[in-house]
Amino acid sequence: MAPETKTDSQLFQQYKYNLKREKRIIITWQLALLIAFVGLWEIASRLYWIDPLLFSSPSEVTQVLISNMADGSMLKHIQITLFETIAGFIIGTLVGIIFASVLWSSSRFSKIMDPYLVIMNAMPKVALGPILIVALGTGYVSIIAMGALISVIITTLVIYNAFNEVDPNYEKVLRSFGATRWQQFKEAIFPATLPAMISTLKVNVGLSWVGVIVGEFLVAKQGLGYLIIYGFQVFDFSLVLSSLVLIAIFAAIMYKVVEKLEGRLIRSKT
Amino acid sequence: MSFLTIDHVTHHYFLANSYKKALKDISLSIKQGEFVALLGPSGCGKSTLLSIIAGIVKHTSGEVLLENKPIKPTDKTIGYMLQQDYLFPWKTIMENVMIGPKIHKSNDPAILTKAETLLNQVGLTGISEAYPESLSGGMRQRVALVRTLLNNPKILLLDEPFSALDYQTKLKLEDLVSTTLKAFNKTAILVTHDIGEAIAMADRIFVMEANPGMISKVFEVPIELRQEAPFSVRKHPKYQVLFDKVWEELEDKEGKTEE
Repeated sequence: MAPETKTDSQLFQQYKYNLKREKRIIITWQLALLIAFVGLWEIASRLYWIDPLLFSSPSEVTQVLISNMADGSMLKHIQITLFETIAGFIIGTLVGIIFASVLWSSSRFSKIMDPYLVIMNAMPKVALGPILIVALGTGYVSIIAMGALISVIITTLVIYNAFNEVDPNYEKVLRSFGATRWQQFKEAIFPATLPAMISTLKVNVGLSWVGVIVGEFLVAKQGLGYLIIYGFQVFDFSLVLSSLVLIAIFAAIMYKVVEKLEGRLIRSKT
Repeated sequence: MSFLTIDHVTHHYFLANSYKKALKDISLSIKQGEFVALLGPSGCGKSTLLSIIAGIVKHTSGEVLLENKPIKPTDKTIGYMLQQDYLFPWKTIMENVMIGPKIHKSNDPAILTKAETLLNQVGLTGISEAYPESLSGGMRQRVALVRTLLNNPKILLLDEPFSALDYQTKLKLEDLVSTTLKAFNKTAILVTHDIGEAIAMADRIFVMEANPGMISKVFEVPIELRQEAPFSVRKHPKYQVLFDKVWEELEDKEGKTEE
């Protein structure tokens, strides 16, 4: 018996080792790709394979980031854009969920609204930018509105669909207990669609960034989107690229935070 | 005296381009404490009839009376058990069982004790804080039974509640449900397509035919069989006799509809 159990645990060790090895290979390649990209960019820029005035270089971008961070100006822009994005994201998602609930509460109302939702969903929301600015002013309110608007309709449609896909037998059980429609919603429909709601959060993070950056393009005096446009106008592409790098980093962080939240919420609910 | 009366109930399903008569002129009456089975092929409208009794589906014409009064779904008179348990996966077993009192906003502290007693009675001890996913199919269906009974319904509607279970579990649960309902003197209607189950559990069997759904024949289950628990009924000599008669009736109707 003894030698056999030893082989079992040896096999397990082997399996764990292989798993670790696979992980290491993947991380190595990921790092290699990053280094190759940055390195190639730097070399191409220095050897004038690409125009350094247009495409800058990693060393230039780092320089710009460091100096702008040091005097605190970059931090201000980051704060503003982050605030606008998070606000737009939360408002868009919440309003979308509320709209979906209203649609669910009356099937006649949802049928009446159907063509309008289709049109609003198909329309590129950023085209409404100028109207928003006229209506809400040139401050951060219109930028937040843009960040919310871009995700609200798609959230409504996705969540409303999720509401309708809940097994009708759950409602049947509740109705046999005499539950009102609101009680059915509270006890069955809403908790059953919580996973769907959280997965729309992940989509909405990306959408809100689009809305906010476009909004800043149009009107802002501050923010990362403003820095991109400003850098473009004064032909400082190192500034444009460093803003882009920051947007990429913060968008990725926000996505990861939402993903963590998803893991925690879904585990606590099941 | 009749407890539940179904009087000339007819029901249509309307579609955009056609309609179907799901039930035609159903009349039956059930005594208090009686256990009846509705047996028939799929599409004979037996589940529809249950939904009509529960007040979830509104029938086209006719009357359904419980103690000479129409049934409203907001009364706590109906207990419904479905093919599957439909326990809410995000609620604990106790929260699932307590859903009825929660909906009726009942603050009676005795109800919690009653829930615990009922759970113990069906052999589920120490699982009230567990979630449904950690329970087997048979255990989950027992929780669903407790959830239904806790509401103290006057009549229980069982819509093939054993059909999704494996055979052994099904037989054990039949015994449990049957003895529990007898103990509480509950009136029950069981919908099934399993002849054996109908004979084993019911006092009377209504055989239904499809297109349109009608009651084709009523069988009285012999008194000797009614007194036994479902598991022992299947071993009784009279069981096979009745089984063959019901089988013949169903075959007969099936032949007629295929012509």
